[in-house]
Formats: sequence, C-alpha cells, structure tokens
Amino acid sequence: MSNATPSPQATETYNYTVVRQFSVMTVVWGVIGMLVGVIIAAQMAFPELNFGPYFHFGRLRPLHTNAVIFAFGGCALFATSYYVVQRTTQARLAFAPLVKFTFWGWQAIIVSAVITLPLGLTAGKEYAELIWPIDIAITLVWVSYLLVFVGTIMRRKTPHIYVGNWFYLAFILTVAVLHVVNSAAMPTSLLHAYSAYPGTMDAMVQWWYGHNAVGFFLTAGFLGMMYYYVPKQAGRPVYSYRLSIVHFWALIAVYMWAGGHHLHYSALPDWAQNLGMIMSLILLAPSWGGMINGMMTLSGAWHKLRNDPILRFLVVSLSFYGMSTFEGPMMSIKTVNALSHNTDWTIGHVHAGALGWVAMISIGAMYHTIPKLWGRAQMHSVDWINVHFWLATIGTVLYIASMWVNGIMQGLMWRAINNDGTLAYSFVQSVEASWPGYVIRLIGGTIFLSGMILMAINVWLTIRNSDQEEAVSAASAA
Amino acid sequence: MTNFWTAYIFVLTGITLLGLVALIHFTRRMPGTTDPEETTGHSFDGIEEYNKPMPKWWLSMFWISIAFGVVYLAWYGLGNYKGSGWSSTQQLADETAAHDAKYGEIFERFASIPVEELKDNQQAVRMGQQLFLNNCALCHGQTAQGYYGFPNLTDNDWLYGGSGDAIKTSLEVGRRGQMPAWKDTLGANGVTAVTEYVLQISGNDYDEEAAKNGQVIFAQMCSACHGADGKGNQGIGAPNLTDNIWLYDLPNQDLKRDIITTLNNGRAGNMPAWKDILGPEKVHLLAGYIYSLSN
Repeated sequence: MSNATPSPQATETYNYTVVRQFSVMTVVWGVIGMLVGVIIAAQMAFPELNFGPYFHFGRLRPLHTNAVIFAFGGCALFATSYYVVQRTTQARLAFAPLVKFTFWGWQAIIVSAVITLPLGLTAGKEYAELIWPIDIAITLVWVSYLLVFVGTIMRRKTPHIYVGNWFYLAFILTVAVLHVVNSAAMPTSLLHAYSAYPGTMDAMVQWWYGHNAVGFFLTAGFLGMMYYYVPKQAGRPVYSYRLSIVHFWALIAVYMWAGGHHLHYSALPDWAQNLGMIMSLILLAPSWGGMINGMMTLSGAWHKLRNDPILRFLVVSLSFYGMSTFEGPMMSIKTVNALSHNTDWTIGHVHAGALGWVAMISIGAMYHTIPKLWGRAQMHSVDWINVHFWLATIGTVLYIASMWVNGIMQGLMWRAINNDGTLAYSFVQSVEASWPGYVIRLIGGTIFLSGMILMAINVWLTIRNSDQEEAVSAASAA
Repeated sequence: MTNFWTAYIFVLTGITLLGLVALIHFTRRMPGTTDPEETTGHSFDGIEEYNKPMPKWWLSMFWISIAFGVVYLAWYGLGNYKGSGWSSTQQLADETAAHDAKYGEIFERFASIPVEELKDNQQAVRMGQQLFLNNCALCHGQTAQGYYGFPNLTDNDWLYGGSGDAIKTSLEVGRRGQMPAWKDTLGANGVTAVTEYVLQISGNDYDEEAAKNGQVIFAQMCSACHGADGKGNQGIGAPNLTDNIWLYDLPNQDLKRDIITTLNNGRAGNMPAWKDILGPEKVHLLAGYIYSLSN
C-alpha cells in the first residue's frame, strides 16, 4: 500500500500517512475516553464503584474530559484538518518532520495525561488540568501544528483559501494563545506550579480560556470539518459564501467576550458579568450562521438522507449544534443562570454539544475519510454505520434529557422555601431525587459507547480487508 | 477602577459592536447578488459555493441581539458607568430584606423562648432541623452523628458543654480546638507510653509497663488541659479521655494508631462562627434543635 495518493492536478502527492495515524487514534481515544465517561457516570449512580484514590471520580473525571476533548476531539481535528487542507489547497503538507512531530508529540501528551491525572497530579484548572511540563510540550506541538497548517496554505495551488481552512486556522491560532496565557504559572517543583494570576482575575482568565476552548477547539475547529464534509458528502455547493464571511468573523470576535457568563453572581465585577451575558446572547446569530450554511447546503439533496447514514450523522450533528448554541445563550442570562448554575443542566448542555455535535460530526467525517485513506469505496459495513447512527442519537437524547430533568429539578429544589421561611429541601434530598436521572444518563452513555465500539470494529475490518486486497492484487500482478 | 480602564473597556466593546454592525451591513451588499443560483466560481476539491442572500429572519435576530446588548449595558452598566444603579450586591440585600420582612416574625416568635424549652415546640424543632440540614449537615451529617473530626451531636458528650447557653455560644462565635503536637517533646517512646495510658483510662486493652510510664508523662504534660483524672475541661474544650468516645477515630483503623497520630501531630478542629452568617434568631433555633437531639 502506498503512503501517498496522487492529487489530480499536481505531480506531488498528499501526505496521508499522518491522516491515517490520527484517524485510527481518533477511534481508539474515542472508545477509551467514552469508556471512562461511562465509568464515572456509573460512579455517580453507584458511589460504591469509587475504588481507592486512583480509580476515584475526582481523578477519573478530568481524565474523561481530557480524553474526549483533547485526545478524541484533538485527533479528529488533526486528522481532518490535515486531510482537508491538502485536498482544498492541492498541496502536500509543509514541513514533513514537524508533521511527524505533531502526531507523536500529541500521542505522548495524551499518554502523559493518562498517567498523571489518576496519580492526582493536576494544575487544578478545569480543562487545563495538565501540569506545567506537559503544558510546555503542548505549546511545542501546537506551534508546530500552526507552522504546518500555515505553511501548507502558503503552498496552495488555489487562488483563494477555502472557508473550512479559515475555521481550522482560527482554531489553531486561538488555542495557542488561550493555552499559553491561561497556563502561565510559577513552578515550585517539577510537578507543581502556582497560577500567574490572583483570585478573581485567575477565575476570569480561566473562563476566558474555558469558554474559548469550547468556542475555538470544540466549535470553530469542528465548523472547519463541517464546511468540508457536509458539501462533499451531499455533493452540493455551500449555501452562501457571504453568510460564511459574516458568521466566521462574528463568531471569532464575539466568542472572546463570552467567558464572563461562567462567573455570574460571583466576585467578578457586575460589569464584566453584564458584558459576558450580552456577548453570549449576540453569539446566538453567528453560531446559527454555521448551522444554516450547513443545513441549507442540503437543500435539493434531502433525499440523500434516506440511504446515506454518513450524511445523517453530519446533519443530526448540525441539529444538536443549533440546539446547544441556542441553549448556551439562554443559560447565560443571569435570571436563567441563577437556576441552572451548579446543576446537572450544565452537564446536559455540555454533552448536547460534546456528544451531539462534536462526536457525531467527527464520526461522520471519519466514516467519509477512512475508506478513502485505505483505498476502499466505502466502509466495511454501511449497515453498521446506520446502526451506529441510531445508537449515537438515542444515547445522546437519553443523556441530555435526563440531565435537563435533573438540572431543573435540582435548581427548583435548592430554592424552594417552606411557609416558615426555611429551605424546603436539604442538599442530600436533591441528590436522592437525581438518582433516576443518573441511571438513565449511564444507560444513554453506555448506548453511545457501544456505537463507538461498533465503529472501532468496522474501522478495523475496513483497514484489514484493504490490506488483504492489496496483497492479492500484488500477488496476481507478480 | 480608574476612568482610564472604563474608557478602555468602552472603546473595546464599542469597536466590537460597531465592527459587527459594519460586517453585517457591508457583507449584505456584496456585489454579485443578482443571481442567487450563481456560484462564486471557486472550487475546492470539487466543492463550490453559492452566494445566496443571508436569511432575513437570521439577520433580524442578529440586529435585535446587538440592540438588546447596547440597551442592556446602558441600563445595567459597564466599567465605572453604573447605568440605572443595579448591582448584584443590592439585589441580594433587597431579596434578603424581602425575605426577612415576610418570615422574620416567625423566627422572632421563638427568640424569647429559652433554648432548653424549644424542644417542646414542634414547629421550632422542625425549623431548626431544616436549618441544620442546610447549614450543618455537611460536616456533622444528616443525622447529626458526626464523623471523623466532626463531633457527634446526639450522644450527650460535649467538648464545650451541653447547656443551652454553651451550645448557643459554640454556634455564635465558633470553636477552635487546639491540641499541640507532642512528637518532638515526647519522642516516639513517650508518645507510645502516653497512648497506652490513654487506652488504659478509657477502658481499652493496654500495655501495663508502658502505661505506667505514660501516667507519669500524662501528669506532667497533659493534665493541665485534660485534668489529673483525664476527664477533660469543657472550659477550654479539652476532651474527656475516659469515656471511650473519640473525635478522631477513623472507621476501620486501630484506635491506638489514631491516638498516636493525634499525639504526634496535634489537632486543630475548627467550628465556624454562625452569628453573622445566619443571624441571632436562626442560631437560637439551631441551638434549640441541637439541644433537643440529646435531651
């Protein structure tokens, strides 16, 4: 099997080796990250499952978030961005040694996270838990990624830069800035450091980072994916170029301001909370711009949904994207936030985005790309893709619905007052009442994970059979 | 916050919002809009782009959200500009005042009843229990039976006294347990000896010879606080060591090891002061509830 496929217009070949590597690891880390998610969901429902310090919820939870966001999501972004940028610029990836370094460096970082987090080594910042030596490694890999991506775009054979690449580039560039600023710290030892910022300022920097991690890592990056795979799979032109201009610039400009809504009714000055709230509301339109451009691209091709499960993944991911980007601005309104903050509603909201949007579009993109990378017409089993689609959809719906019910119930229980002026419920009563929701969440997560395992088998058979065919044809040729 | 920073924030916010307005306005009027079916002519890996007009409902939503943002900031403030004067601090104060106006009278009704007599009033006990569940149960447990480091409030064994007044004082001003660390002073042998003596006077199995040495050390070093007979001193919160009730006794761990740890490293228990957090009426009800648990 050759490691490079000729592009139609040029004599040089695309670098598919790294795309293959990242694609396989997307599936591997997807299964592992979601398995850890199912384990901690089980621990929430059945606390007896917390064994010792290394297998405790408090240590596995950051492992889950890091594994699904940075390992699964990160590998999906690396794989698709390297694939898309080559296909849409008709240029081979620049700086081959750096390309290799991004793959092996990123895997080493993930493995070090898998080791350090259960050991309890943490920087203590949500979604930025990794300790400072790993933070430096992330910076090195990320700057290499940026160089490769920009270098490839500069080598492009097309006069313009495709909209998908704007989003990928914005994601790579901004994540570099976010990571470096938020991780700034004064080390006290190899394993420990103090944040460079004090008190409330630290909280604001953290949520400026945290919300933009959602905005750029989990939104802009995956919109880049959407802009290639949706029109490609549907075989239709993108709906509106000018809409993509407006929603791109508006999205990246406004996301930067929205982090304050994580700190409503806190020590953060009121004006910064006000600003965080109104920018979050303004963010609704730019977010929906991406959904509209994706959905309307399908106009005239809706019938393809009937027999193309890959397109179904892509379209349903856009629906969940639209839903969670509506929910987010609503939850940023102070009055709504007073009810929703610290409840399971937030967890449900995050997973509407993480399972419904990020995971489903990545899965669709992988089903599109993997056969092409291994020179096959389609995946080993298209029927299994369809089964996976339903497992993923049902799993996501069970997850988010149970967390909505739990979250709103918790918020209402915590504020309910007896007619003598005392609180009607104790905290533990709200935990007891949440138990059915925790069990349903566990079931939903397990269903989603089972789909992911089916995908892993499908991918394995696709790759294995492609090798066999190669061997046969090579033998007959000889 | 200086006026410079207010100006800085206004300028940045203004540039962002005006930038959005300009972005929408000028992109809407992009040339080449006559034929909505015409593509831009670009092709990327076979992907073409239409340049259809942006949906009107979407543009309206965008304009409305920007306008709402401006109005909201004008009303609620930005930087040193305070708008209508709303603040989250004032909102809390207003809501607390409204709550107190509505329910304050119910709490005041019980303030004149002595702590010891509140246990006979069902409503007082129920209200005290609700207060306990939402403020105290985190440490002392739902059933008030405590845990490692947090006293059991139901066993009528008191560090600082079990009268209504003593309980109320513990709640109002908090308590700070101060057991010094003896590792350096006594050495390993001294600590073991005192441990065996404490095991002896609390009615547990003990080593006779070590306990004899321990008794001597105890008389010199420990009796000032815990008393010559080891029965403690509620005036300073020194525990009674003879009743075999332990504040620092980990479940599933040998008691001897717990006592050695306490002697080696000392202890610093901390009960917070609740008077300013809950106010005197609620503390009074809480004291009544806690008194009722063992009386």
